Amino acid sequence: MQRLGDFKLPHFFNYPPYFTLQPVRETRDKQVQLWKELILDYCRNQKIFVIGLEDDFPLFSNPVIERSLSHEAKELFLAALVNEGRAEWMDKGHKKCLILWMRIQDWAEYIINFVKENGFEDGVMTVEDIRSGIESRGTDLAGIDRTVLMRALRLLEQKGKATIFKGTSTDDEGVKFSV
Amino acid sequence: MADDWLPPASLTPSARPVLLRGEIERFTLPAVDLEAEENVSLTTLRSGLLILTSHRLLWIHEPSVSGRSIPLAAVIHVFHPKKSMRSMFASPRVRIQVAAGTDGKVGAKGTNSEVITVVMRGKSDPDVFIGKLWEVLRAREWEATQKDTSDEMERGEGSEMGPGSRVRMPVVGVSGILRKEQELWESTDKSLQEAFQDLNALMSKAKEMVMLAEKMRQKLLSGSSSQLNANDEDTDSKQDIQDWLLSVGIVSPVTKESAGALYHQQLSRQLADFVKLPLEKAGGMIALIDVYCLFNRARGTELISPEDLLQACAIWEKFDVPIMLRKFDSGVMVIQNKAHSDEEVFARITALAMKSDALRMGISPTDAALMLGIAPALAKEHLLTMESKGMLCRDVSPDGFRFYINLFKEIDPRDIHMAKADGIIQMWVSVACVSA
Repeated sequence: MQRLGDFKLPHFFNYPPYFTLQPVRETRDKQVQLWKELILDYCRNQKIFVIGLEDDFPLFSNPVIERSLSHEAKELFLAALVNEGRAEWMDKGHKKCLILWMRIQDWAEYIINFVKENGFEDGVMTVEDIRSGIESRGTDLAGIDRTVLMRALRLLEQKGKATIFKGTSTDDEGVKFSV
Repeated sequence: MADDWLPPASLTPSARPVLLRGEIERFTLPAVDLEAEENVSLTTLRSGLLILTSHRLLWIHEPSVSGRSIPLAAVIHVFHPKKSMRSMFASPRVRIQVAAGTDGKVGAKGTNSEVITVVMRGKSDPDVFIGKLWEVLRAREWEATQKDTSDEMERGEGSEMGPGSRVRMPVVGVSGILRKEQELWESTDKSLQEAFQDLNALMSKAKEMVMLAEKMRQKLLSGSSSQLNANDEDTDSKQDIQDWLLSVGIVSPVTKESAGALYHQQLSRQLADFVKLPLEKAGGMIALIDVYCLFNRARGTELISPEDLLQACAIWEKFDVPIMLRKFDSGVMVIQNKAHSDEEVFARITALAMKSDALRMGISPTDAALMLGIAPALAKEHLLTMESKGMLCRDVSPDGFRFYINLFKEIDPRDIHMAKADGIIQMWVSVACVSA
């Protein structure tokens, strides 16, 4: 079994047509579907939030069979994720893509559970604490993309479950939970 | 009623005449009736195609693929058409007196005679026809052929061959030149004697050429059978030369001059007959471009244009011929047997793509072409068709353009690690992922 770091790759990663954009509609639909699953799976496993289309992304080439995706194919597969709300373009030129391997509402729920488990109800935390504090170690919150985190926190604020305090800089923004 | 008063003419399945040795088509008229005006017991032959050749007058009924012939040797007299008020409005008629037996059957050795009236229902000019008829009658080419045949018989040559095989001899290049030469001679009165000598010289050369070609073929035949186990390549090239010698030569190509308005129809029928053999060899499908080359090579000097070929193929829809023109999505055009089945070809390609090497490396158009015995361009068309049907999918890389069995449809997206893989996926995994 081929691996990418500690990620277990599926067998079809060695199937050369997987790396060529298929022109026939039905075949391509299936190909796109398999790429979406693999991208989300890999990003979840490796805690990757941003894919740069112009950077070397390990998933987009397979040195074993000497195949790699064309720029067109990469953009098409990511666009399919964007259409489903599982990713967002970060710029107009589609050079960077934010991968939501967990949806924003799922993140919000995850944060609530995290808060409850660690007894932070009615307490105050800084945003940086959530991303790199001792409590978040070993959870999916460790190293979470700041954009994604802020979006989840704002969603909680809308629901009245959190209040965000503006600090003097982005570093000391604070959150008060009221679960 | 006697409707067999004219000797039958043998035809090809496409209703083209089977010509005698050295016989050339000169003129074609549509919608012609043949009447025996003075003998009512002989049935009128209605609305057929009249072909004037250097040897015969042929009347062909295309729908029933049947034909009758009048040997020109039997023609005694051609009457000049009467110019009268009546003839201005009726269909043009040309009356020909021919030798016939006492029972009215037409033949060169008859003691009686019949007057046959050629009634032109189409809008044809009788004067042109009469002009051509006179030209052919004056040339008396059938006599030259008879003499040739008896000469050969005396020398005892070619007696093992049937007459059919002699007709197919590769004489087109020279016979084309011969014919041009002859036409020139017919149109000029000056230096007739000189030209006649040239012609005779050419004729004898032509015969030598034919004999040489025949000798080569014989030698190749005996050579290849005596050393069957010899070098394969050698045998192959001998086979090629032999095929070439046999395949060269449509003795009387249909030309715009001889067929006139019926050119494309006649060409279409001739092509249908011609293409049968190459089609068989090519496995039921052959590229139009290849047919164009083969056909023109066989026609010698009377080349046809690509448009003519295309039109001739298009007319097949109207005939009952076992072949058809097919256009692939890519625009590539082929001629194929109507019985040719894509499914059978697809099954063979699928089997090829399932071999363990092909599972790992895919197949190229060349691989498929080698297996099917067809041109790579055609094999690629098959592969693309299979791709569009979801049977194959493509792999484009610096190594080239290859096709794989389509695994996409077999993979369950909820189980991308394929824990429950079976069937073809299992096969592929066991072959392709072992080394990885």
